[in-house]
Amino acid sequence: MSFGAYFFLAVLEGTVSAFVLALTALGLSLVFGVMRVVNVAHGELFMLGAVIAWWVSQMAGDPLSGFLLALVVGPLLVGGIAIAADWAILKRVDYNPEATIVATIGLLYIIQQSVLILYGPDARAVEAPFYFRVQFPWFGYSGYKLIVAALSAGLLLATWYLLKKTRLGLYMRATQYDQETAQAFGVPVRRVYAAVFALGGGLAALAGVLVVPIQQAHYLMGHDPLLLSFIVVIIGGLGSLRGTLIAAFVIGISDGVISVFFSPTLAKILATLLVALVLVVRPGGLFGAKPA
Amino acid sequence: MLTVEALSSHYGSVQVLRDFSLALAPGEVLGLLGRNGAGKTTAMKTILGLIRASGGSVRLDGVELTDLPAHRIPALGLAYVPQGRRLFGELSVEENLRLGLMVKDKGKETRARILDLFPVLSERLGQRAGSLSGGEQQMLATARALCLEPKVLLMDEPTEGLQPSMVAKILETVRVLKGQGVAVLFVEQKVEAALAVADRIAFVENGTVCETATPEALHADPAPLYRYVGVGQDAG
Repeated sequence: MSFGAYFFLAVLEGTVSAFVLALTALGLSLVFGVMRVVNVAHGELFMLGAVIAWWVSQMAGDPLSGFLLALVVGPLLVGGIAIAADWAILKRVDYNPEATIVATIGLLYIIQQSVLILYGPDARAVEAPFYFRVQFPWFGYSGYKLIVAALSAGLLLATWYLLKKTRLGLYMRATQYDQETAQAFGVPVRRVYAAVFALGGGLAALAGVLVVPIQQAHYLMGHDPLLLSFIVVIIGGLGSLRGTLIAAFVIGISDGVISVFFSPTLAKILATLLVALVLVVRPGGLFGAKPA
Repeated sequence: MLTVEALSSHYGSVQVLRDFSLALAPGEVLGLLGRNGAGKTTAMKTILGLIRASGGSVRLDGVELTDLPAHRIPALGLAYVPQGRRLFGELSVEENLRLGLMVKDKGKETRARILDLFPVLSERLGQRAGSLSGGEQQMLATARALCLEPKVLLMDEPTEGLQPSMVAKILETVRVLKGQGVAVLFVEQKVEAALAVADRIAFVENGTVCETATPEALHADPAPLYRYVGVGQDAG
């Protein structure tokens, strides 16, 4: 294959990764932006989505119905777990930023070890719901991966619609800006927090459901999405949704290109160096609030 | 209408309000005056449930408010114009107003009436609230609160940092509300502005209402102004 073909393949791979990463990081960014909670357990919610997809695929008759069912059951179950965690843990520590970091580290291990006990240590494959290849002039490419990108784009648009066009979205944005004044205008801030934590978890779970036919489900699979989401959210600016999306595409596509031409490890090293650079030059992130 | 009795509240272990009492009738305008740190803003926030009361009661038309979560109080008829406006600056003017309208699911008629009162906002509906001028921001903060069609409006330093024409506009708005039977409780640093619009002035010191007087009585004998606000000490 020519350099151009390789480059196109790398960009394609990177774009698919970017869409999934944007979905995962958007959940983390929303939770931080509205609740000021750094959810260290976010990657485990991604992993739960993947494990639930495997579980549902075992019960469903065929891969397509398993996949469609998982797209509904995954985010609902994980969203429910997130609401329970909000009520049982975050609310108890009064959403104190430092305490919630420690609390979500605890949640990370609780979820991870529970999955290890119930699901086991093995990586398990989930059959893709569709098998077709899109033929480009230089190579054929997985149709399922393109559908993952399209579904992720649809979910990102749906999240944008929720935030910009609905009452709940307006409540979320008002709470993000000033939770005390929001309460003075009838916004049930605690319920908004629970909804945001559920939405963040649900988005991560959806990303997990979408990637499991590509990656396999494993109880330790939450680490990479967590690290990449933090990279994206820090570069984009904590709490900035626009910044999160832009950073997800910068990191996702550059990760794809560097991984194809050099190595995935180099891609992670460069992304981490970029985070360090952003933290030094612009601690609030490229699109976050400038420090006072 | 609004009755506050023996209200107390704390910041951590520090008691800020103690035995704070006042009453407001429909259409009455009550000004709270006092030095910085006297507890005026804390009193407003405690009445609104934004700071939890540690004792006493706040009743609006007989309904006890101190038992309710803060977000349920606005729908009962208490609206708030915070100190420093505290608009949702990243949201548009329209969205700020919509938050007010959603409290009681008020629709187009209320919105149109509010925009008639503040016509300049009609031209700025799509603009980011944070990009408005200081006077426009104060108008929006007031309009947002009026979208609730409140029985009682609480205004914390509504004329702070405004030019004289805007101060006059805000005071005129208070008079219009009074004419509509809305009770107004406001904190004010500009004594003349407070005396111009209030039916009564309550002086706050050390978290409690020490004395109340009418503007006429204060014009005749300004001693409480010297005592609680420090106004005219040199002249006295």
